[in-house]
Amino acid sequence: MGGGSISGSGRRFSLRLDLERGAVDMSHGSGGRAMAQLIEELFKRHLDNELLRQGNDQALFAPPPGRLVMSTDGHVISPLFFPGGDIGSLAVHGTINDVAMAGARPLYLAAGLILEEGLPLSDLDRIVRSMARAASEAEVPVVTGDTKVVERGKGDGVFITTTGVGLVPEGIRISGDLARPGDAILVSGTMGDHGIAVLSKRENLGFETEIRSDTAALHGLVAAMVEAVPDIHCLRDPTRGGLATTLNELANQSAIGMQIREANIPVRPEVAAACELLGLDPLYVANEGKLVAICPSDKAQTLLDAMRGHPLGRESAIIGQVVEDPHQFVQMETGFGGQRIVDWLAGEQLPRIC
Amino acid sequence: MKYVDEFRDRALARQLAGAIAAEAVPEREYRLMEFCGGHTHAIFRYGVQDLMPPNLRFVHGPGCPVCVLPIARIDQAIALTEQHGVTLCTYADMMRVPGSDRRSLLVAKAAGADVRMVYSTQDALAVARADPTRQVVFFAIGFETTTPPTAVVMKQARAEGLANFSVFCNHVLTPPALRAILAAQGPEGVSIDGILGPSHVSTVIGSAPYGFVPEEFGKPLVIAGFEPLDVMQSALMLIRQINTGRCEVENQYRRAVTPEGNRKAQALMADCFELRESFEWRGLGFLPASALKIRKEYSDLDAEIRFPVETRESREVKGCECPAILRGVKRPTDCKLFGTICTPENPMGSCMVSSEGACAAYWSYGRFRDAARTEGQAA
Repeated sequence: MGGGSISGSGRRFSLRLDLERGAVDMSHGSGGRAMAQLIEELFKRHLDNELLRQGNDQALFAPPPGRLVMSTDGHVISPLFFPGGDIGSLAVHGTINDVAMAGARPLYLAAGLILEEGLPLSDLDRIVRSMARAASEAEVPVVTGDTKVVERGKGDGVFITTTGVGLVPEGIRISGDLARPGDAILVSGTMGDHGIAVLSKRENLGFETEIRSDTAALHGLVAAMVEAVPDIHCLRDPTRGGLATTLNELANQSAIGMQIREANIPVRPEVAAACELLGLDPLYVANEGKLVAICPSDKAQTLLDAMRGHPLGRESAIIGQVVEDPHQFVQMETGFGGQRIVDWLAGEQLPRIC
Repeated sequence: MKYVDEFRDRALARQLAGAIAAEAVPEREYRLMEFCGGHTHAIFRYGVQDLMPPNLRFVHGPGCPVCVLPIARIDQAIALTEQHGVTLCTYADMMRVPGSDRRSLLVAKAAGADVRMVYSTQDALAVARADPTRQVVFFAIGFETTTPPTAVVMKQARAEGLANFSVFCNHVLTPPALRAILAAQGPEGVSIDGILGPSHVSTVIGSAPYGFVPEEFGKPLVIAGFEPLDVMQSALMLIRQINTGRCEVENQYRRAVTPEGNRKAQALMADCFELRESFEWRGLGFLPASALKIRKEYSDLDAEIRFPVETRESREVKGCECPAILRGVKRPTDCKLFGTICTPENPMGSCMVSSEGACAAYWSYGRFRDAARTEGQAA
């Protein structure tokens, strides 16, 4: 197994990569010319930016003054392509969002790709293009990276790990341990779209649906929110494990309880119907372009207005409030009129969806 | 969602709650056993108990297919993968149920067994078609609801001449379990005033097979749908029977259940399966004529015949009250392991695994009630 820095030096090659019929083979990870060609004609071509062009095994930049945050996220989704996105866009959005949840402005990304021998080069090309498009739309460049190739059967097409750094604006302090009794809990839109979109493409489920993944970079929305309400207490994107898991994490970290209303939680009817069919609960299904925000109750309306004013937050809603509770229960008034706990997810509801 | 939301309507729920509160006689207790895990799940998920008067208590019954499967059968399923190297296809919940020495299929899978999670019997068949070099066994569990789909794949496999597909049959029957619950007397028995009868099972077997419940045991039974309004309406129907001294089988779930049931499904089952002399149920012990086995004519599809396994004597986890909870004699909170070492993340018994299991439903949805009660007492 060899590896190659995406930012390695460029050379010219007599035959171009066969992006139509070619496939990844072990030589693409060997450190030789084949690897150099893959990097040159695929990664550098699509992801091109000034720092990547430095051509070193690392990107050199001067840190801006202030506090930086850093985050990393591995992506192992199956299938690689799904309605609304693919593993490439997901890997870019996922890490941008993790950085943005500190209220930060993401600056740079790094990407590590594990490729499985036999992966069609056309698929890889599509994935890298998608990464490039997502990074360019978000204006967060991929400035350094690495690829490795593993033997057939030892990967699942491609795994992508991305790391990001971002700058936290002065005066902003957002953290999972800052929720206080009385605070309002908001979500930025419908729950469960991503998980159901991915699930709909699994060969053994094959139900037809128009649901698209919500995968999106949320730092623009976060910037608008932070500007409107600088004292937001907590932000988190409800990815794996869905809203339920995220709320429990926050309750735990802040040592508080929550009381939410099922009727206020936005869920698309198609998602609700698919969940009904599959025996899933939309509150546990992954999102890739939504966030949960907790803020002082007197700022909730201002925050809600700011969120609804952004294209990625049109369907935002206030879903409940933080309460004092030594048990740290997340409780919900059901749409039916009863009361229940919304617990941590036990086991795996859906494997490999982000 | 059309045809679903109507049965979860908040305003109708209030109306029904009002009627139940008005008609339930305060001086008496109403202990209603919901037979199915589907009911248990609905009661907890929608918070139905909150809409009931304090003297109405739901007693959770044994109708959770994952819960009633005895440890021995889980041990055998694991042994199938270990002793014969078969690919075992199973519904997701079964993977986490601990067998002897707390070994589950999930643990066996991590150790190298080829265990696949499937959503339907058709998925299992597809696994067999995809790789003719592997022997694929479907871990068939469940009551009369899940039995016809198993029969369908058996017939398909036969028609296609699939030589690498077979079924590990664990299908069980509802009426014998109901009878066992009602027949138990003394400390082993549970006192109940009425029964919320099976929902999906009844779409297959019909309402007629429950006649023995009022006739032999003097208990009213109302076949109840799985939506929360179904459960509430059925509770009201039981209260009315109890109050007026009536005792009969009524059918609340008329939109799906007829007296004779689904004849086509019954014929399919009769064609592929026959009664076992006796079968072990977790909590209820060995019950005569309570389960199905694959007919001789289909023995080439019978994993028990094709892949005989040897297992040691199976052991329940010490202190686990699943058996008593499945009979309705104990509540989840009566078990010392509940919420201490036994949680959905780390289940000791089957009732903590499936979301239809009483312990899992109680823990995941309802444990705030106990917390509130304890604090109320302390204050």
